[in-house]
Amino acid sequence: MTISATPHVRPARLSPDAAALLGRVFLIVLIAGALSAVDPGFASVSNLLNLLRQASLLFLVASGLTLVIIGGGLDLSVGANLTLSACLAAAAIKSTGNPWYGVIVAISTGTLIGFANGLMINRLRLPPFLATFGMLWVAQGMAYWFMAGQTIYGMPMSFRYFGTGFLLGVPLPMWITLVICVACSVLLRRTTFGREAYFMGANQTAAFLSGVPVERRRLLLYVLSGLTAGVAALVYLARLNAAEPGIGEPLLLPAIAAVLVGGTSLFGGSGNIVGTVLGAILLTIIVNGLNLLNVAATWHPLVNGAVVLIAILADLAISRRRSGGT
Amino acid sequence: MQRLGAVPGAGILLVLMFVLFTLANPRFLSQTNLVNVGLQTSLLLMIALPMTLIILTEGLDLSAGALLGLSGVIVAEALLAGWGITAACALALAVSIAFGALNGVMIAYLALPAFVVTLGTMGLMQGIALVITNGDPVGGFTPTIETFYRSQLGVVPTPIAIAVILYAALWLLLYRTRLGNYVIAIGGNKDALRLAGISANLVHLGVYMLGSAIIGLSAVLLIGRTNSAHPTVGIGMEFEAIAAVVLGGTSFEKGQGWLFGAVLGALAITVLRNGLNILSIDSSLQVVCIGILLILALLIDQARKQWLRQPT
Repeated sequence: MTISATPHVRPARLSPDAAALLGRVFLIVLIAGALSAVDPGFASVSNLLNLLRQASLLFLVASGLTLVIIGGGLDLSVGANLTLSACLAAAAIKSTGNPWYGVIVAISTGTLIGFANGLMINRLRLPPFLATFGMLWVAQGMAYWFMAGQTIYGMPMSFRYFGTGFLLGVPLPMWITLVICVACSVLLRRTTFGREAYFMGANQTAAFLSGVPVERRRLLLYVLSGLTAGVAALVYLARLNAAEPGIGEPLLLPAIAAVLVGGTSLFGGSGNIVGTVLGAILLTIIVNGLNLLNVAATWHPLVNGAVVLIAILADLAISRRRSGGT
Repeated sequence: MQRLGAVPGAGILLVLMFVLFTLANPRFLSQTNLVNVGLQTSLLLMIALPMTLIILTEGLDLSAGALLGLSGVIVAEALLAGWGITAACALALAVSIAFGALNGVMIAYLALPAFVVTLGTMGLMQGIALVITNGDPVGGFTPTIETFYRSQLGVVPTPIAIAVILYAALWLLLYRTRLGNYVIAIGGNKDALRLAGISANLVHLGVYMLGSAIIGLSAVLLIGRTNSAHPTVGIGMEFEAIAAVVLGGTSFEKGQGWLFGAVLGALAITVLRNGLNILSIDSSLQVVCIGILLILALLIDQARKQWLRQPT
């Protein structure tokens, strides 16, 4: 590589974001190709639909988290939020028999927890990691306390449609994913709010000094994260047909992994929601493939950990090359 | 005034809890119960003390709990395979140092975020522990380790004595050696350290390797408690340790804090658990209480900082 005396910008053929996304798509196609070569059952319509349905569940938890992380924050409470929302919604549906009460309860619980997170970070000036970390314990504990060791199961069919139904031959969770993905993309790419979110994530002080109402924006980001956790709770509940306080705990780290594997920087200021969709698909396809190949479930954490590490190392390689091979 | 202001939130809460629980049930201050609190605290400190060093360097280790499980499994499997206890511990120590080096190299030399790196290695370690044991607990080895856990050093139970020795050693390292100075300086100002000609990367790497080594050895105590090794036993303990460190007033973002804070924080968590148990409060509500305690301690620290800033 030659060193030029005057700094110049190379004409970008492809934006770094687009290159990273293409890399993910390539990786997914590669793994999918290898899996269908090994086992023809992989490419069956039912398996692919099942895979995408699982990926949508993971994406729903990770979607709001992506927004918060882009804005320079972190929400560790999404998994616990999902648990509490799902448990309360299940109880509401069971006691009234009307699924719409469940929808209202889940969405308002999720939103309220997000609102509380935002308030703690804004008003009490707690670091996001710690405020949402405390909220994780509070929400998780409340779910255990509320359920008192019981499981609520057997949701009415009209409600289960959210998780198991089809619309125009496509599973409903995928439609919900599509709607949220498009909404978040438009929000991030086409609105002032979105631009300000990236700005805040990149440099909070500069954003504040430039007149971005940082606190209000941040509050909204956390509310959106809580809201999507509430939506995810509904889809989970409808799919699992049961609520118990253990459902959200194993979701937090895969959700963070999906965001990061999707190329969003944990430091904020860069990333996109489509990346999170691809990250969720990538993580799900690997678990699905391991199941197809009859690899014991004990191997899953190992492979997931390796995927996270490979993804960040790959990003490192891409960004190093772009910044001039240093 | 200034001195009073320096007491972290966890210390204030600890005194309050002691008074409250003693008033509620005198059994709280009984010797057996206090020893019990000490035993639980010492196990938590085994992770919280090295975690303090790591957080002081503005790092984080989410893989600590998984490493605890993995090291325990390695010791147990080696014992089952007929290895001596020293050889088994040496093997576990070697593996944990290797993983600490892996974390340290990626975080220091490749400048990758600690959160993601240790999230990945957490999966690796947990996975290896699960694969080795096929997901089942390992038991049935000679009860030497359990004897060790139950033994006493003078009048003090061995695990508590080990925690005290560990604290003293880390205190000397942090406050009386040059390496300790670097650890404290690195969080405050990495660039100044670099300008002074000190390899910040090497200090980072050293801290992660040291932390993992301590955790690898602590696994022996943990498997001694039940005389069996569970591949998933440590999961969640890293979060509890982080909570203890933060409760003790070590700042996550500026790399400021003190070692004794981890002791206060770990004590606050175990005293809260223990006291709520004695009051026979539901174990699920205890989780809520830990969350509230965490937020409360942070608030006290915030208020304290503002109070100190006032010109009085």
